[in-house]
Amino acid sequence: MPLTDSLRDDILATVPSLRAFAISLSGNADRADDLVQETLLRALAHIDSFQPGSNLPAWLFTILRNLFRSDYRKRRREVEDADGSYAKTLKSQPAQSAHLEFEEFRGALEKLPQDQREALILVGASGFSYEDAAAICGCAVGTIKSRVNRARSKLSALLYVDGAEDFGPDNTIRAVIGGGGG
Amino acid sequence: MKDSKPPSQKPPGKQGGLNTEIQSRIGHQLRAMYDDVVRQGVPDRFADLIRQLDSQEAATQIAGDPPKDGRD
Repeated sequence: MPLTDSLRDDILATVPSLRAFAISLSGNADRADDLVQETLLRALAHIDSFQPGSNLPAWLFTILRNLFRSDYRKRRREVEDADGSYAKTLKSQPAQSAHLEFEEFRGALEKLPQDQREALILVGASGFSYEDAAAICGCAVGTIKSRVNRARSKLSALLYVDGAEDFGPDNTIRAVIGGGGG
Repeated sequence: MKDSKPPSQKPPGKQGGLNTEIQSRIGHQLRAMYDDVVRQGVPDRFADLIRQLDSQEAATQIAGDPPKDGRD
């Protein structure tokens, strides 16, 4: 369909979640914004292929995800966000302990296989249905479900190794001090 | 479905897998991280980009050229 005003507004309205998805995938704020930019350029260049009435966010997420994938294959993550450039994008710095926990969570997320990470983010953070997430990733719904489940178990193993009884700030800090190598 | 393992095999309280409390904590952290970015809104960079492309598009259509693929 042609780029109408309302379609343009809808695309713009999706930009914040596209950025969040891109940052979660790439772990790097600058690269994420480049990905979003490329996504928008590509979407507008191929706007004719967008079916009116279909799920615009899912369409845009699909483009971004495919761009990230091909980019990933090329560059193999040579840039790691070691100095926390992601944290600098936050408007308000979280308090110190919350910040530690936050960084630890991000570190664990980065350790997940890419398939599992993207499935977890799409379903658990972006709020897509399993069906939409499957369409975005080009796989079966059952595959998405099992990826999400594996991602969750792996995260809980990484973050809460000692199990269920007593996790909390103390445990988190112990984990950071004890297991911070990488 | 596998019937070989009786469900009672797991010790109560500490199963190897998913504790609900941990799972809700993970879900919460995931959304907190994500929503931090969402709340930043649309950076000018992208609003400008769309506006720019929009006017290019209009100009192209007036000139009667078919839009080119992959221009940037």
